[in-house]
Amino acid sequence: MNRMEFITFITVILLAGATSGSVHAQENKTIPVFDTGVNPNSWVTVAKGDFFAGQHNKKTKVDYDYEIMVTPVTNAQYAEYLNSASSRHTIATKDNKVFGFYPGDKFNKHNHEFEIKAGDKVQIKLDAQGLAIETRDGKFIAKSGWENHPVVQITWFGAKAYCDSNGGRLPSEVEWEKAARGTDTRSYPWGNEVTSAYANLYASKDPFEKSFGKQGTTTPVGFYNGRSYNGFQTKDARSPYGLYDMAGNVWQWSGDVYPNTHYRWLRGGSKNNYDFELRVYNRNSAGPDYHDIDIGFRCVRNK
Amino acid sequence: MNTWANRRDYLFRSTKGLIALAIALVALITAVWGTLSGPMAEWGIRDITIRVLGMAIHPEQREGRIIMLYHVIAMAVVAIETYMITSTVRMTEEEQSNINGLVTIGYLLTMFFGLGFAYFGHNYAFHGLFIAGQSLLFFAGCMLAKALWPWKKSTYLEKGSPYARTPKGIDLERAAFFTMTVATLGSACFGAVTGSFWGNGHETFLAENLIRIPHKTGLQLSIIGHLHIMLTLVAVAITLLVGRWLDFKGIWHKISMPLMIFGSITITLGVWTVVPFENIAHTIIYVGAVFTMTAALMLVIFGWKKLIGERLAEVGIAKANLFQGVKALVHDPLKFGPLWQMVFMNFTVSGVGIFMAIKLDKIFRIWPAREERITLTGHWHILAALIATIILLYYADMCGLKGKTRQWFGWIVIIGSDIAFGAMTIFSMKRGFVSTYDQQPLVDWTMILADFGLGAIMVVLAMLLLWRIYDFMNRKGAWQQESSELELARIPLKQDNSVDTEEVVQ
Repeated sequence: MNRMEFITFITVILLAGATSGSVHAQENKTIPVFDTGVNPNSWVTVAKGDFFAGQHNKKTKVDYDYEIMVTPVTNAQYAEYLNSASSRHTIATKDNKVFGFYPGDKFNKHNHEFEIKAGDKVQIKLDAQGLAIETRDGKFIAKSGWENHPVVQITWFGAKAYCDSNGGRLPSEVEWEKAARGTDTRSYPWGNEVTSAYANLYASKDPFEKSFGKQGTTTPVGFYNGRSYNGFQTKDARSPYGLYDMAGNVWQWSGDVYPNTHYRWLRGGSKNNYDFELRVYNRNSAGPDYHDIDIGFRCVRNK
Repeated sequence: MNTWANRRDYLFRSTKGLIALAIALVALITAVWGTLSGPMAEWGIRDITIRVLGMAIHPEQREGRIIMLYHVIAMAVVAIETYMITSTVRMTEEEQSNINGLVTIGYLLTMFFGLGFAYFGHNYAFHGLFIAGQSLLFFAGCMLAKALWPWKKSTYLEKGSPYARTPKGIDLERAAFFTMTVATLGSACFGAVTGSFWGNGHETFLAENLIRIPHKTGLQLSIIGHLHIMLTLVAVAITLLVGRWLDFKGIWHKISMPLMIFGSITITLGVWTVVPFENIAHTIIYVGAVFTMTAALMLVIFGWKKLIGERLAEVGIAKANLFQGVKALVHDPLKFGPLWQMVFMNFTVSGVGIFMAIKLDKIFRIWPAREERITLTGHWHILAALIATIILLYYADMCGLKGKTRQWFGWIVIIGSDIAFGAMTIFSMKRGFVSTYDQQPLVDWTMILADFGLGAIMVVLAMLLLWRIYDFMNRKGAWQQESSELELARIPLKQDNSVDTEEVVQ
C-alpha cells in the first residue's frame, strides 16, 4: 500500500465510522430508579429584597415575596395537569398534539421578530422522542420509572398553561435568577466550584449516562442532594433558598415576553451542556413553540 | 562571533527566526490552552492543567479570559503576517527592522501579560502591559502603512510589467497591502475605543451571546464589527501574501488586485457602518465580500495553472490528460495546500454563512440560541484555523522541507485540517438533520474526527518545531544560513531609492 492509498484508506474508514453508530433508544432501555427523597410538590418562599443580577452583578430589587417550586415540574405532575385540563376542556388533543389557547403577543414588526397570534398553540407533542408521558385508557400517565424526572418536550405555551392552571405563572428571569443565586455573587446555585457531583451536565458520568451515553437522560428531580446512588456520590447542590436542579438537568422556561422579539428565554443549562452553560446568569432562548429533550420548567406564585 | 548572540539575532532579527518564534509560541499556547475545554475537559485534563500551572479560573471571568486569549493569539498571527509583509513587499531595511522590532515587542508583551492577567490572577499591571503591547502593535501598523505608501515613485512599476499597475505606474499589489493595513488600523480603533469604556459603560461580553438581543448598544455593535473585520482583514493579508509567495502575476493578477482593493474598502466601510446603520451594513459587506472572494478565486486559478504547468514541464509532459494534470496539481502539497484551503473555505465558512443567511428566519430563529451560536462560532473559528494552516504550509516551505518529509507534512496538515473542519461543520449544522435525542453518535464521531485531524496537525507541527529546535542547537544548523535571509520573496526587494525600479520587477 503506498502513501496515498494509506491516507485514503484511513480517511474513508473514519468517515464511514462517522455515519454509523447506535441511536439513543431511550424507550428500549430500562431506566435506573432512584428515590431522591425530595418532594416535587413543595414550594419555598423567596423574600423580597435586593440581589446581584447577571454576570456583572447588577444590584437589582425584587420588592415582593414570592414562592417558587423546589424542583422542576415532573412527568407525573404534568400528566396530572393534562388529565385535569382535559376534563375541564381547556386543552384538546388532535393528531397526537395537545393544544391550548394563547391570547397572542403584541407584534412590532421588528427585525427577525415573528408574530405570535392569538389562537390554539401546541403545548406538547405526544409522539415527541424522549417524552416520558403516554396515554393509556384515555388517561395521561408518566412512563414507569420516569415519574420523578422533570418533564421535557414541553413548549413555552405548555409550560405557561401548566403554571397558570395551578394558580401560578412562569418565573420572570429576575425571579428565577434570584431564587438560584440568593443574595451573593456566586456563579452556581451552590457556590463557585463545579464538578459532576453537583449537577447533571454533559459527560458527567452519572448512573444514567452508563446506559444512555454522554448526553444521558434527565436525572430525577432533587438527585443532587448529597446522597449516594449505586456508588455515585452527589453533593448537596441546593440554591441558597433550598431549590434543586437550578443548574443542569433541564433548561427552564422563563415567563418574560419582551417587546420586539418573539423569543422566550431559558435558564439553568441542561444535561447536554458543559459547565459554563450552567452558570446562574447564563441565558438561552428559543421560539415559544420549540421543545426538546432537555427543556423543562418550574413555576412561581405570589405569596 | 559569539554563537549565542547569533542565535539571539536569528530569533529576534531574521524574518524566518521571528516567524519560527511566533509559531512556536502560538503552538505552545494552543496545546496547553486547548486542554481547558471540550473533550479535554471531559477527560479531566483541564483540571490537571489548572493544578499544574496554578491557574486561577473563576467562572464569572470566562468571557474575559476568552477575549484575552483571542487577542493573544491574534496579535501573534498579526506579527507573523507583518514579518511576511516586510520581507516580501519593497521597503528599506531600516523600515523593515523598525517595524519588526516594534511588532515583536508588542505581541510578546500582549501574549505574556495578557495570559498572565487572564489566567493567573487579576494583576492590573499585567493588564496595562497587555494594552501597551497592543498599542505598540498599532504603532508598528502605522509605520507599516507609511512604509507601504503606494505613491512612492521608487516603487512604481514600469509599463509592460506583468504585475497589476495603474496607468501612472502605481503598484496595485502594494496598494492592496496598503489598503488592508490602513483598514486594519481603523478597525482596530473600533475595539480600542470600546475597550477604553471598559468598566465605564462597557461590560465584557462575547458577541455570540448577543445575537438575539433586539437592541444592542453602540459599543456592543462596535465590538461585533471589530471582531468580524479584523479576521476578514487577516484573511485578506494572507491571500495577498500567498500571491507574493507564488509570484502571482499576469492577467489574473491585473484583474484581481483592483478587486481586492475595492473589496477590502467596501467590506471595511460596511462593517464600520454596523454602528450607525446596522440595517444596511450587511448588504454593503456582501458586496465587498463578492469582490474579495473573486480576487482570491483568481489567485487560485493562477496558482493551480502555475503548479500544473511547472510540474508538467519538470516531468517533460507537453500535453497532459486530466489525470496527469490533477497529479501535477497535487504534486507539492505545501504549495497546493494554501490554494486548496481557500477553496475548502467555501464549504466550511462562506457556504455555512450563506446557508445561515438564507435560513435565518426559517430555522435559526426558532432553534435555541445555543444552536445558532454553535454554527456562528463554528464557521468563524474554522476560518481562523484555515488561515493558520496556510501560514504553517508557507512556513514549512520556508524551512526548506523536501522529499518525503515535505509530502507527509503537507498532506497531514491538509487532510487533517479538512477532516477536522469538515467534521466541525457537520457538528455545528447537526440540528438541521438530526434531533437532540438522536444526536449522540454523530456528536461522538464528529468529535473524534475533529480531534484526530487537529491532533495529527499538532503532532507534525511539534515534529517540525522539534527539528527546528535541534537545528537551532546545532552550531552549523540551517538557522545560520537563514539568519542572513531577510527576504522571502522571489526577487531582491531591499533597495534604496536610487535603484532602477525596472530592474527590480524583472
